[in-house]
Amino acid sequence: MSDIKIKITDRDGVQHEIDAPTDMNMNLMEVVRSYELAPEGTIGICGGMAMCASCQCYVKSDHQLPEKSDDEEAMLAEAFFVEDNSRLGCQLHITPELEGLEVELAPEEA
Amino acid sequence: MIKTDILIIGAGPTGLFAVFEAGLLQLKCHLIDALPQPGGQCSEIYPKKPIYDIPGFPEVLAGELVDNLMEQIKPFQPGFTLGERAEKIEKLDDDTFLVTTNKGTQHNAPIVAIAGGLGSFEPRKPQLENLAKFEDKGVAYMIKEPEVYRDKKVVIAGGGDSALDWSIFLAELASEVTLVHRRNEFRGALDSVEKVQQLKNQGKINLITPAEVIDLQGQDHLQKVIVRKTDNSEEIDLEVDYFIPLFGLSPKLGPIADWGLEIEKNAIKVDNTLDYQTNIPGIYAIGDVNTYPGKLKLILCGFHEATLMCQSAYQRIYPDKKYVMKYTTVGGVTGFDGSKKEAPKAVVKSIE
Repeated sequence: MSDIKIKITDRDGVQHEIDAPTDMNMNLMEVVRSYELAPEGTIGICGGMAMCASCQCYVKSDHQLPEKSDDEEAMLAEAFFVEDNSRLGCQLHITPELEGLEVELAPEEA
Repeated sequence: MIKTDILIIGAGPTGLFAVFEAGLLQLKCHLIDALPQPGGQCSEIYPKKPIYDIPGFPEVLAGELVDNLMEQIKPFQPGFTLGERAEKIEKLDDDTFLVTTNKGTQHNAPIVAIAGGLGSFEPRKPQLENLAKFEDKGVAYMIKEPEVYRDKKVVIAGGGDSALDWSIFLAELASEVTLVHRRNEFRGALDSVEKVQQLKNQGKINLITPAEVIDLQGQDHLQKVIVRKTDNSEEIDLEVDYFIPLFGLSPKLGPIADWGLEIEKNAIKVDNTLDYQTNIPGIYAIGDVNTYPGKLKLILCGFHEATLMCQSAYQRIYPDKKYVMKYTTVGGVTGFDGSKKEAPKAVVKSIE
């Protein structure tokens, strides 16, 4: 087991510092769900295929993140509340390089 | 009025397979789905994506899985009410249920099985203050009758295939077509992107990018759309008759949430120790739409839940009948269409 620390601000503005495993093939959306930081059914709706934007988050720290795939680009082009630092949580795999990452969950689409 | 034994709400893989299991018990099924085609998410969201955890299929495309299920249930002649959303449920005096869709189609059955997945797919709406006010008064989320737009001024927003395709289509019909997209790049079939480029060059499509629609104005009917360029914040007023935001579909539990069913975590609570029945006897919930301790939203779990639901439904419909489960290998499959599939009989014959 090797964990990294991540700070996640939920949709109510509360910040959580949590341990995320790097050896479980998890992505950020799944980490948020596993800690239940957003109600089930409001995040990760498509299951992690970059086909909904329910796991959109704003990256607050200046980590070097992997480039967006075409699928992620396309989804973010359609999503609402998109900012320059928007990413889809399901496309960010938890790796040791993300130690100290800070993100904020984007609002839920009405 | 449509009458059946089991009324299935949702024609995704779980709902489709329920038809098969019900058919083995000689129960008839009818399915309602808000989408125009069967298959649920598998057809609508990811038909070309491979699935690796269907038992016996090392790899199968979601669309193929749906085709296979449709083939598998064909002998049981399921009925379909497609493109309509189940809206209302009433319990009748004879203990059966009456389910009415948003278009008024009525269905009557002793058993209702909700296999609604994530809910019904509804258009994603942009966050605009006056949006609701102009719905059906200039704002539309899908194009039902293109003739409505003949010689009208139309603004389309979005950057995907449907935004491109409808811009192309309406370019010939409407007096003015404006396509607004937040980026300069469009994601769609190459043909469509090139065609829009061509129409733009010919002046048949007015393209505004990168930009967003920020306000809608009008007295009773929509009259004006305000667009803001995102690169230089320039605001553009457009005199229009129609605004069509095309931002894809997203699933919503919808009216089912108001049927008096116990809901937890945006899903319907069921009895997983027995038959996936909800708190209302006679109404079951199977597949991704239900929840219970340890629930996994997997297609294979939906298949299992559908199977147990059918056994319970049979007992409910025929409380006095005795029945034991029969293997298809032994009993074969006898369709309502008179077809019969069974294992080839062995012969007893001497070899000389």
